[in-house]
Amino acid sequence: MQKANSSQPFMPATRKSGARLAWIGRGFLLALALLVLIVLIRSFFDNPQLFAQIAISGLQLGFVYALIALGYTMVYGIVKLINFAHGDVFMAGAFVSFFAVSHFQLHRWPAAVFPGLPPILVTIIGSLTVILLSMVVCALMAVTIERVAYKPLRNAPRIAALITAIGVSFFLEYFGALNFVFSPRFIPYQRPFGVVTWYIYDGIHLVTEGHAPPQGAITFSNIAIIIMVVSILMQLSLQFLVRRTRIGKAMRATAFDKQAAQLMGINVDRIISVTFAIGAAFAGLGGVLYAIAYPSINTLLGVLPGLKAFVAAVLGGIGSIPGAFIGALIMGQAESLTAGYISTPMRDAIAFTILIIVLLVRPTGIFGEPEKEKV
Amino acid sequence: MRAFKITSLFALAAIAVSACASAGGTGGDIKVAILAPLSGPVPTFGVSTRDGALQAIDEWNAKGGINGQKIVPIVEDSQCTPDPAVNAAHKVIDQDKVSFIIGEVCSKASIPVADYANSKKVIMMSPTSTATGVTVDQNGKVKDYIFRACFIDPFQGKVAAKFALDTLKAKTAFIMLDQSNDYVKGLAEAFEAAYTAAGGKIVGKENYTGKDTDFSTILAKVADAKPALVYLPDYYNVVNLVTKQAKEKGITAPFMGGDGWDSPDLDTKAADGGYYTNHYSPDDTSPTVVNFVKAYGAKYKDDKGQPKTPDALAALAYDAGNLLFTAIKNAGSTDTTKVKDALTKINYAGVSGKITYDANHNPVKSAVILHVTGGKVVFDSVVAP
Repeated sequence: MQKANSSQPFMPATRKSGARLAWIGRGFLLALALLVLIVLIRSFFDNPQLFAQIAISGLQLGFVYALIALGYTMVYGIVKLINFAHGDVFMAGAFVSFFAVSHFQLHRWPAAVFPGLPPILVTIIGSLTVILLSMVVCALMAVTIERVAYKPLRNAPRIAALITAIGVSFFLEYFGALNFVFSPRFIPYQRPFGVVTWYIYDGIHLVTEGHAPPQGAITFSNIAIIIMVVSILMQLSLQFLVRRTRIGKAMRATAFDKQAAQLMGINVDRIISVTFAIGAAFAGLGGVLYAIAYPSINTLLGVLPGLKAFVAAVLGGIGSIPGAFIGALIMGQAESLTAGYISTPMRDAIAFTILIIVLLVRPTGIFGEPEKEKV
Repeated sequence: MRAFKITSLFALAAIAVSACASAGGTGGDIKVAILAPLSGPVPTFGVSTRDGALQAIDEWNAKGGINGQKIVPIVEDSQCTPDPAVNAAHKVIDQDKVSFIIGEVCSKASIPVADYANSKKVIMMSPTSTATGVTVDQNGKVKDYIFRACFIDPFQGKVAAKFALDTLKAKTAFIMLDQSNDYVKGLAEAFEAAYTAAGGKIVGKENYTGKDTDFSTILAKVADAKPALVYLPDYYNVVNLVTKQAKEKGITAPFMGGDGWDSPDLDTKAADGGYYTNHYSPDDTSPTVVNFVKAYGAKYKDDKGQPKTPDALAALAYDAGNLLFTAIKNAGSTDTTKVKDALTKINYAGVSGKITYDANHNPVKSAVILHVTGGKVVFDSVVAP
């Protein structure tokens, strides 16, 4: 995709008419933004509780997208590759935790090894083990994918690597759908820990089965809180890793200039592997949390969240870590509010409309630095 | 070349027609084709259908056949896909010269098979294809030789509305539907029409798409509208997600759906308290059903050697066979024109209810209501239209 204001010889539009068109476009977008704002404010005053409820579900989605978007943006920052298989690594994370929990009861191991442990600790340690396992498996998977599919193409034209990424994505989806792998069925997901819901109405109360919360109560669940907290923690630790550690410094150097970094004695291949591994571990974590929040899994589960996280990364400025985070939160809200106030089937359309608008108006995204070329 | 093709086609057609004529009405065995998707996306549907139909054939043969003629089954794999199904239909009609077909299971495969069978005056009885277009062509004209054993989609919506109002006393309902799925849309529309006509109030209606996993926004609206019932006529995979998220939101209104819920993968804990309409229940206590379940279990075993419980597909295939054979017996002949007339006048008590046919060759019969409770799906009641 080219920058919008590129002055290539095959774009014959004169500067003047181009400028006028740009103004019309900008005016249209401004009007659209105003309209959206008016609708939102009106809906808020119409039924503030419903609005808050919808915003909460948007936050939950947004934080999951953030975990996936980090992987997109990191890999892009370093090797300038949009790793379309990332969404499928996310799916694999959900499946690894499914097998760990449903087939091997891994989340119950502390109870089996230390029978005296209080149940709350069993749940916490068990769930953490499951999550860690998924993250490790996803990291190994991504490193393997990188070695097998992307490394041989590192010096090939970028479009070749991009197409390979799409191929890897299809491979993971449809290989996973084989009967002896994951099967193409929708599988009910057994959670490693139970979901508890509270509602806010004159203080915070527990939602108990069979008792509906009163009219106007706002509900939220432990999984929503876990997703938000974990996502923020991961974001902060990633910032720390990139800004404050040796390996982070090496990553930044590699992103800046691969050859120069190599000349300075940085093992570029290792740095790239580490980047893939970290991104995939986040995706695996996201996959587990996503499956816990929306407990039905199948092998195409990663496609839409993956694409939306990609849009989020572009919106935030691909290559920028805080950008991916902010972009994901915006995407979550946009999707949730669209579902709430326009129509549910429209939400995917809105997500990709955002992508188009960003590419037209500001292809570098919110936090992105201007660049010559983008894939 | 073209002329040759046309003449050869005519020749083939002539042979086929004469073959049909000679097959009908003579003595000897009655060949019946079973077209079932034994491979492809839904092989369990195919196995159940074949076994149910064979069960009916065995029972008739044990009684000495129909009017003294033995029934010989010819089983073909039709894969739930139009092209293989049509090829299988050509094989059994043109080569094996059958006059009667039980099958196909999937509507999209049944429609082209029905068109071919109807053009050859071969009677086709689909056990489970629910699309309107199976028995009626695009112009709304009924296909004379095509019948089915199951009720059609909109009927389930009507039954659900009746049950919701009369038994559950739910005066308000919320509808959730996948606008892109004809099955879901058909049920939802029929439910809405019947429910409002009988005095119920629809307090909300929300669309989603089949790929959605996050239903929290819609469920926030459900919680806000406080309906007495939520109608969700989708497949079990969507039902699992929605009901789980609804329970977490503290929504206490029961969910209700159609036969798409009928799966071993239904999350009975999440859907607890829900109801769905179905063709039949093996827990039904009527003697016809009890006998069928016993005979089927004696004949077919699962992997562990335990008697198999017939599912709705097996039950409908069994009924499809019995409807066909009873009609042949009533007609006193295997002449398909006479048999089709006998079918339109039939009044048969099958395992899936008492069956008569309406003008469009759709059965008029009862549905069963199943209740999801205590981690199990139990038989609730039979609802007549």
